[in-house]
Amino acid sequence: MATASPPQPAQDSETSRPVRRPASTSPVRSFLQARGSGAAGDHAFAVTVMLCACSVLAVVVLVFGVLLVHSRLSLRTLGLHFFYSGDWDPVHGSFGALPFLFGTLATSAIALILAVPLALGVAVFLTEMCPLPLRTPLSFLTELLAAIPSVVYGLWAIAVLVPLVRDRIGPPLQRTLGWTGFFRGPNFGVGLLTAGIVLAIMVLPVISSITRDVMRAVPVAQREAVLALGATRWEMIRIGVLKNARAGIVGAVILGLGRALGETMAVTMVIGNHPAISQSLFAPSYTLASVIANEFAEATGDLYVSALIEIGLALFLVTIVVNGVARALVWAVTRNSATGARA
Amino acid sequence: MRSERHRLKLFRMLRTCAVALFATGAVLTTSACKHRSAASTGRAGSINAAGASFPYPLYSEWFSRFDKEHPGIEINYQPIGSGGGIRQVSDGILDFGASDGPMSDAQMAASKVKVLHVPTVLGAVVPVYNLPQIGGELNFSAGTIAGIYLGTIVRWNDPQLVRDNPGIPLPEHEILPVYRSDGSGTTFVLTDYLSKASQVWRDRIGRATSVKWPIGIGEKGSEGVSGMVRQSPYSFGYVEMNYAAQNGMNYGRVQNAAGEWIRASTENVAAAAAAEQDSIPADFRVSITNASGAGVYPITSFTWLLIPVTPKSATNGRYIRKFLEWMLKDGEDLAPSLHYAPLPVPLRQKVLASLTALQS
Repeated sequence: MATASPPQPAQDSETSRPVRRPASTSPVRSFLQARGSGAAGDHAFAVTVMLCACSVLAVVVLVFGVLLVHSRLSLRTLGLHFFYSGDWDPVHGSFGALPFLFGTLATSAIALILAVPLALGVAVFLTEMCPLPLRTPLSFLTELLAAIPSVVYGLWAIAVLVPLVRDRIGPPLQRTLGWTGFFRGPNFGVGLLTAGIVLAIMVLPVISSITRDVMRAVPVAQREAVLALGATRWEMIRIGVLKNARAGIVGAVILGLGRALGETMAVTMVIGNHPAISQSLFAPSYTLASVIANEFAEATGDLYVSALIEIGLALFLVTIVVNGVARALVWAVTRNSATGARA
Repeated sequence: MRSERHRLKLFRMLRTCAVALFATGAVLTTSACKHRSAASTGRAGSINAAGASFPYPLYSEWFSRFDKEHPGIEINYQPIGSGGGIRQVSDGILDFGASDGPMSDAQMAASKVKVLHVPTVLGAVVPVYNLPQIGGELNFSAGTIAGIYLGTIVRWNDPQLVRDNPGIPLPEHEILPVYRSDGSGTTFVLTDYLSKASQVWRDRIGRATSVKWPIGIGEKGSEGVSGMVRQSPYSFGYVEMNYAAQNGMNYGRVQNAAGEWIRASTENVAAAAAAEQDSIPADFRVSITNASGAGVYPITSFTWLLIPVTPKSATNGRYIRKFLEWMLKDGEDLAPSLHYAPLPVPLRQKVLASLTALQS
């Protein structure tokens, strides 16, 4: 009934009174008005949408507020010491977040170093070079990677990746790159490197699928224009596509980074959970999210619980700072290119 | 044209009516649902409990058996961990809690409700290891376990380990110590034992559900530790006895206070409680690690139910009381089949007598 009724009044107004109608109201307008749509509806819609947007802000403010209130005790007792002390000793009431900050940033950095080139490769292949019959299954598979729960990644990592890093990947790295200091010391298969690799696999689909969408949004005319100037395919992708999609690609990387910073389960299962700062990527480490997941349930004592909540606050701040830096980077890059183009 | 408008108006009216009808229908059905659920809770009732995860397999068996014999009220037990159990009982959220470690004096003082500690069974922590091509059971003393986790014993062929294990060709390979990364009663029992038996450990590390481990790698849960140990050659870790037994893991012997090498079993774990019987205080808040006496396994501990003295409702209070009495009579006999050590019989009588403190 709802589908049948609309054409009738439209047809009616077209045939019977196209000339007598004042110029200000179109037939569509009058049809919509007849159905009860108007200024009130518009306003209601605007308010609803604004409330939706504000709810996001409210959630962020609430989370921040609760973290701040509950970590008050630790903030007051430990002060700034909390952020640069490396000692985490619940028995003696000494709490320092530095090893966790290090672990979080280091695993995320490893993940991005591994995942970004791979994700760009996947996206470029899918948008520019992939034979059509392959495109849908390949896109589907990369997106499927994003749907796998992180605990499954963790189990897979324990069963497959840990022995692989211990017996196959670790030893050659130690032989060839041991002199750098990044691949030294005993290698038990769990540690920064393994956690970084798992994270890389987890952020890969996020980065590659968004990058693919951004690249697809680059107008075909851009590509054709570059090709018409005699560019090769690689030059076309570099100048016509990647350069135009730059801001969007950085946005995709930021989203991936967000997932890497906060990922808990899979990382906890393979990072070794030892709060120490080591140059070697084979060494066990610890992340902010992991220590909360590990110790919160059994934490006794007000300062201990408060310190764990402050860890949550630290994770919140790290995410904001890293995102802010990344946004600033995008802004700097796009501004430079804009002035360059004008000059 | 007029008829068209009429039709449109009619349609809008009908639509409004339909929406209104649908809305009232939805409200009616939800309220009916509410009525029904209220009726069902009124009929059966439930008791909320939470806490230690180590005795969870036994507790769930107990609760389901008791529920079959005494239908009416259901006990919901959530294994959220001892710390959570203590917190929620202290805040008066739960009907009762459970913990692998007794509440400290400070926690008792801070609690909003008066809590009675009821020991249920005993658990033990056993050393597990992965030494390829070495069969048999290794011997560990408090000194060697502490040394491995402190980093003073680095290799398997350390003189101390060789001395404790004569005739076993220990390899010259680095030890990988594995510990529990999540706060756990298991860690508490082990560190409590090491604090009693090793001066260095007491001074440097102490006892807690999570401590500052100088070296090694942490894994989450018993399954994490045992998985890591099984997978990594030359590793060393610790898990609960019942976990090791149920999963067919080989575990080592530990030297007790009398100097004997003991491999944990439900009998010699219960013997530890029997040996310490006279020193158990009236409120049962006691650590029995490193128990004196012959034939006892040293890394053992009670696990407790934390029962608020004033119940949340008289019905629940009576049901909990009935359960505790059943547990001390019939429940204890089920424990060995699930690899938990039952309380010695004289102690059961003592615990039963303490239940008179509960108000109903």
